[in-house]
Amino acid sequence: MFAQQLANALTLGSVYALFALGFTLVFGVLAVINLSHGAVFMVGSYAALVLVTRFQAPLWLALIGAMLVSGGIGLLVDVLILKPLRARNAPHLIPMIATIGVAIMLTSAGQGLFGAEIHRFPEETLPAGELVIAGIHLRALEIGIVAVAFALMALLFVVLRRTQLGRALRAIAESPKAAYLLGINVEGLFHLTSFVAAALGGVAGVLIGLDFNAITPQMGQPILHKGIAVIILGGMGDIRGALIGGLFLGFAEVMSKAYLSSQMGDAVAFGLLFLILLVRPSGLFGRVLERKA
Amino acid sequence: MAWLSDFWSTYNTLVYSIGVHAMLALSIQITLSCGLLSLANAAFMGIGAYVSALLTLTLGWPFPAVLAAGTLAPALLALLIGAPVLRLSGVYLAMATLAFGEVVRVIVLNLEITGGPEGLNGIPPSTEGWHIALFLALTVYGLVRLARSRVGRAFEAIKEDEVAARLMGMDVDGHKLFAFTLGALIAGLAGALNAHYTFFISPREYGFESAVDILTMAVLGGTSGLLGPILGASLLTVLPEVLRFLQDWRMAVNGAILILVVLFLPTGLWDPHRVRAWLRRKRREEKA
Amino acid sequence: MNMLSLKNVGKHFGGLSVLEDVSFEVPAGSIYGLIGPNGAGKTTVFNLITGLIPPSSGSIALEGRDLVGLAPHRITRLGVARTFQNIRIFPHMSLLENVMVGMHRHLAYGPAALFFNTRACRDGEKKAKERAFELLSWLRLERKADLLADSLSYGEQRKLEFARALATEPRLLLLDEPVAGMNPSEKAELMEEIRAIRDRGYGVFLIEHDMRFVMGLCQHIAVLNFGRIIAEGKPEAIRSNPDVIEAYLGRDDDAETQP
Repeated sequence: MFAQQLANALTLGSVYALFALGFTLVFGVLAVINLSHGAVFMVGSYAALVLVTRFQAPLWLALIGAMLVSGGIGLLVDVLILKPLRARNAPHLIPMIATIGVAIMLTSAGQGLFGAEIHRFPEETLPAGELVIAGIHLRALEIGIVAVAFALMALLFVVLRRTQLGRALRAIAESPKAAYLLGINVEGLFHLTSFVAAALGGVAGVLIGLDFNAITPQMGQPILHKGIAVIILGGMGDIRGALIGGLFLGFAEVMSKAYLSSQMGDAVAFGLLFLILLVRPSGLFGRVLERKA
Repeated sequence: MAWLSDFWSTYNTLVYSIGVHAMLALSIQITLSCGLLSLANAAFMGIGAYVSALLTLTLGWPFPAVLAAGTLAPALLALLIGAPVLRLSGVYLAMATLAFGEVVRVIVLNLEITGGPEGLNGIPPSTEGWHIALFLALTVYGLVRLARSRVGRAFEAIKEDEVAARLMGMDVDGHKLFAFTLGALIAGLAGALNAHYTFFISPREYGFESAVDILTMAVLGGTSGLLGPILGASLLTVLPEVLRFLQDWRMAVNGAILILVVLFLPTGLWDPHRVRAWLRRKRREEKA
Repeated sequence: MNMLSLKNVGKHFGGLSVLEDVSFEVPAGSIYGLIGPNGAGKTTVFNLITGLIPPSSGSIALEGRDLVGLAPHRITRLGVARTFQNIRIFPHMSLLENVMVGMHRHLAYGPAALFFNTRACRDGEKKAKERAFELLSWLRLERKADLLADSLSYGEQRKLEFARALATEPRLLLLDEPVAGMNPSEKAELMEEIRAIRDRGYGVFLIEHDMRFVMGLCQHIAVLNFGRIIAEGKPEAIRSNPDVIEAYLGRDDDAETQP
């Protein structure tokens, strides 16, 4: 039973981590709390749904399609909204508020296009089958979710740690001005980061949509809260922290649902977050990330 | 006069809402005016609403006492948590206050006495239109006085340059705590008033979305004066009603307006400096 | 009678020692200068005196009262005011408001008086405004009182910062490179204004890069090099001190970067 819960926790946690990774990437590189990340997650979900139901696309293709659609939205937001704000040197609160506007628009558009009701992937499009290892039932779907999430995260880590591109991004995270003086195409990398972060958010949306098989226009809200929780826990802008924090949160949620009678677990979780912020604003695993102007 | 009474019976709750929202937008304007982005005001409003509603429903306290309790309870809490919380700044403060809001919401969601997710029902509608008008007027008057005093100047100085303000002999931490507490006080009052005309309150109204809504109203209207938040609150309260015909799409207009204002009117719809400059130009043109 | 005294003050950041065994005394009613090449630790001395950072060792006292451990606003209230090398005025407030911020503590009306706009409150504000005008007029800025501070020229912003510091009613005024970035005629003008301030009974302690300015203005000078005081005395003695000449030779005169 416990092992079964552990498997569920891993599934949920890996998706949270994937979602939070995009969220924290944008904060680390662009220094923006992007509150439209939840809505982009929702868009990814619907994009995959449309591809599967209307265009009979296979799931893997739908996943890529969803990535492109949500990534495209992320790119648009950066080019049309965040870039002019950067050019104006707007205080940090301002881009965050702009992304609230984006979230409201996308959520409303989702409702306008698809209605408020729950949409589901048709049963026959989901991977069937189960794997039984040592008495634990693993749905093929869950294995797929974990595999996709971890593959994408591993790819991101390798890019950030091992390539010139990753070094450039980390330089920007330290100081955009210095990076610019070093000849790094800062604007281009801001666009790229926005695209990649939103694409990861979109994939997370598809994966959650598949896991629970329920898609609604409002589905971005709760995960946004989780995303905020994860980046507080892991340290804002900290990539590894987002991974550990995401897994931890998935674990905490599944376990508290399974073993605690009430939802009081949530209160404890957010209470802990609040305390963490007071004691260690840089997060449990994070180092202090102070950006020089 | 018949049309007026028709109008009133259809729209009185809308007018009430404008008043309450204006108070909330002003409550966040206070903290913003001293450079603090605190998103705890929805939670403070919720505490005001629940404390007052519970006192009415369970103990049957008279309305004025209930209002006072609903106003003071969140202010007291703000005073308690203020000192540690306000050591944070910028995004960290915003996130900490959001997390605080979630703690409050989830606790309310899980307590028996607060009715859990169903909330509290059948709160007697003691709030009259003139109550809201009176308290809004008092709030505005108080804030106008504050803005024109040494405290208002202190807030502005802290917002502009905290270190320089400190070296002007100013107790910066004390002023921040004052702003934070005053914001909680006004938000609590708004919550208590609101609870006593809507019959019904639930934890959903005081969560993350409300915190963000309050901020949006203030920023949309403009935070460099007191008229801005009131304007923003009125607009965002009325707009969904006006746009009813758009059905599911109507919130998209809200979102678009917010983005456009942020992009093209960085200081919000109402900016006293801009208006003054405009008037000056107008006068000069008339002379010429 | 000494206004300010530093005894064996040291400051290190991690393993890096910025100040070592710094001792000197600023006499009352005079203009005292602290000079030294780039990175000598001059601004750190001001940051220690005003309580922005704590000293690692030693003591700092104002008229015999220990300042170490006090919050910056407390130190200001004891009578120390300062300006900054990289001007820190409140750019979106008017000149008058800038100066009135400095009077914050001297405007002691309570919340009730404020809310009901009582006579005490109105009179207090009125007097503060008059005093702010007066201080601005000391620096010949009174005609621009209602303009926003960021509309001022660089030199005027320095003067405004000066007036704002005076508004806290200090007994000792710390000026961090008051003539940096000014042209010769502005410098000469400010020199006169600083003398006039001294003659009104304020103690002035300034950090400066411009040797000629310091020599012409200060009665006493201390020289800081690599975190240590290498000479102290009257301008004439400093001018001919071989250590000082050595310290200043062959160094570039760029403004030192400030924390």
